[in-house]
Amino acid sequence: MAFPILPDPSLAAEFRKTPLGHHSPQLQRLLRAFRTLPVPGKHALLRVDHARAWVLIQFNGVKGQPLTVHRDPVFTDWDEAEWAVFKLRWRQYFGSDVPEGV
Amino acid sequence: MARTLAGYTDRISACPGETIAFKVSAENGSKQYRASLVRLHCVDSHRDGPGLQEDAIPSAFDGVYPARHQPIAIGSCGVVPGGRAIAGLGSFSVTAMIWPTLSKDSPQSILSTLTVESGSGFDLSLEAGNLLALRLPDGTSIRLAKPLLVRQWTFVAASYDVETGSAMLHAEPLDVHAGFSAPQSVVARAARGLRCGGDGTFIVAARAAGANRFASHYNGKVDSPRLFAGALAAESLRRSIVEPLAADLAADLVGAWDFSRQMDRECFVDLSACRLDGRLINMPGRAMKGWNWSARWHDWKSAPEEYGAIHFHDDDLSDCRWETDFTYTVPEGLPSGVYAARLQGDGDAEHVVFYVRAPRGQPGSRAVFLASTATYMAYGNYRVMNRSNLYEMYLGQLPELVESDLFLNTRPEYGDSLYAVHNDDSGMSIGTRLRPIVNMRPNTTLSAFNDDGWIFGWFRACGIEVDVITDEDLHNEGLGLLADYALVITGNHPEYTSTPMWDALSAFLDRGGRLMYLGGNGFFWRVAYHPEVAGVLELRRAEDGSRPWEAEPGEYYMSFNGEYGGMWRRVGRAPNELVGVGFTASGFDISSYYRRTPESRDPRAAFIFDGVEEEIIGDFGLAGGGAAGQEIDRYDRRLGSPPNALVVARSEDHTEEMMIGKEDMPATNYIIGGTENPLVHADMTFFETPNGGAVFSTGSIAWAASLPHNGFDNNVSRITENVFRRFADATPFAPPGAESAEP
Repeated sequence: MAFPILPDPSLAAEFRKTPLGHHSPQLQRLLRAFRTLPVPGKHALLRVDHARAWVLIQFNGVKGQPLTVHRDPVFTDWDEAEWAVFKLRWRQYFGSDVPEGV
Repeated sequence: MARTLAGYTDRISACPGETIAFKVSAENGSKQYRASLVRLHCVDSHRDGPGLQEDAIPSAFDGVYPARHQPIAIGSCGVVPGGRAIAGLGSFSVTAMIWPTLSKDSPQSILSTLTVESGSGFDLSLEAGNLLALRLPDGTSIRLAKPLLVRQWTFVAASYDVETGSAMLHAEPLDVHAGFSAPQSVVARAARGLRCGGDGTFIVAARAAGANRFASHYNGKVDSPRLFAGALAAESLRRSIVEPLAADLAADLVGAWDFSRQMDRECFVDLSACRLDGRLINMPGRAMKGWNWSARWHDWKSAPEEYGAIHFHDDDLSDCRWETDFTYTVPEGLPSGVYAARLQGDGDAEHVVFYVRAPRGQPGSRAVFLASTATYMAYGNYRVMNRSNLYEMYLGQLPELVESDLFLNTRPEYGDSLYAVHNDDSGMSIGTRLRPIVNMRPNTTLSAFNDDGWIFGWFRACGIEVDVITDEDLHNEGLGLLADYALVITGNHPEYTSTPMWDALSAFLDRGGRLMYLGGNGFFWRVAYHPEVAGVLELRRAEDGSRPWEAEPGEYYMSFNGEYGGMWRRVGRAPNELVGVGFTASGFDISSYYRRTPESRDPRAAFIFDGVEEEIIGDFGLAGGGAAGQEIDRYDRRLGSPPNALVVARSEDHTEEMMIGKEDMPATNYIIGGTENPLVHADMTFFETPNGGAVFSTGSIAWAASLPHNGFDNNVSRITENVFRRFADATPFAPPGAESAEP
């Protein structure tokens, strides 16, 4: 790749500040990579009790196979759940954690 | 809590005096349930609106009912009740052209008389690895050595001679590929004197598994199946495909089925003297290119003889055929509206939604809400999120599921949506409501249905009474249904439209009717309702548009009515002609707002903004925080937007996730997102129609979800109410003056 995507902490900071909304071209590129990770194991959110509360689930890509539901933790803020998944994907994609302090 | 009950109705709507049947299945061992009637307004308890609004209404069906599991037999096939003509078969030959589409580990029966109970009958099937095999009643099973290729037309034939016990199996690819073209044959010796007709039922694309039950469904096309009461040579059987009634074959002919006839029906025709017509189960795809398709014709009506294939799937579903649990005759005096049978078992309540209409010819209001039931059906049991790698790209945020999505995910037998592909990766082109539609319920993620609840909540908050009709009612009854009303109001996403629906709305406007299009990406896909089976519709995702799958070239014409399917814009009727605007972009991260235009100062538009001081409209809302979002429409003269229309407000500041529709990008380029593409905006539009009528369009799905903001007291609500009050007023709209003519 002529211009590989690098684990730039400023991208993580930008996402944490604005999970949904206008993003820099660099963050858009990173999010395209994250959002097209393979379906098996990919995270999404499950709304619980018809309330503003969500838990993490994971897809498996197999028709009829139950999804993996992680009942803990429960997020009451959508943006916090987005951030939690972003960190998981950062580790999956870059092989390292989001730098401390972000 | 988990869901434990699922149900559906035989009809989607009813007038007073008409009866609806409710069919219920217990899915997790519930022994009984309590049924009651509720009227629905807001159907979302999740977002920051007024919460779920369901009013309990005493009804004749209130009570406790025993619950039992009702199975769903998914998968299509063709059944020929052949009686003695088939039951008496000893020697036989069977042949067809096939185009298999899926290699499975389990058998897929192509042509079969096999009766499981007695073990009699034959079974021509694809075994594991796509090996063609023939099974005979004595247990003899022969198979070809090399697998058949998927998506390749192949001539297949089998025979058995009752005198000698000789059995033959043959396959011959029609297309020439180096190394893959050789015919395969195998002969074997079985017992003599076998009875090969089973109980007299001949099945295409499955085998019998008890009375009216089928198994080993085949995936792929079958064309021109033939059955003979004699052991014919492969070359004779090959000839029978094109000359089934040849004199030298006639003595043995039992059935020669022509799938190119009566495309719009659930039966299929036998050309032979035996007249063994068959019936189709679960509506496989018809009007499909056959083995002899020449590519000279793309409309099956021009050359039906080249469209003699039916495409069967092991996950086709047109009707669950459940038993009825209880019925309800809508009483006189029950107001028109959205209702549900609320079924309370051990888990989450199930709401079986239906619509109550006004008594025929006696409207309860001058205004009528047109419930987008064709769209709800198209999205019915939507669950592509666990299969598509691009789903999150399309959303621009994490997918959100609810508990009922988990319920659905483990039940493939409930069928999928028109956004899904079959197990063989061909597109799902037939949708049905004769099954539980798990997401056409309160508190689900089907926004087309759930966000229409904001409109019903808004009616209630404003003290507005409207009648309700459905897409299906409009399709069936046409203009006459609208004649009782001055004003039609749409939902937030009336995306799927049949030709009779479109024609009725257009004629209504021509006669002075008024239309409030409170949505986005409306009137986009052309669909066809089945002419005989109420509650089933067809869609061909033809040559353009943002499509989750693509119809095969040459298969753009629908089988239900012969019309060219796909986008209305490609049909030659862009939605802009009907409602002034048409789809331009979609994006599901955040929504934006509208800014008033200079045209909003035109005296013609003054009533729209009465009491609205702000320049910015709808910078709030429950769908992404703004009234302009998700899917949005633009005014475009080139696409037929009326020259007299006023664009009174236009959205701006969309993100890069709000992307232009594919049909507006003739060649790929980078300028597709909201920050760069000049076509990415929603146009709030008003225009008068020739005979005193008018149209108001918001051009945004998110508009409805902005209505509840601040207790329904906001400028989106005010504008909507201003338009409603004026549109419900009988005073004709005057045509704009000559100065408004196009420059």
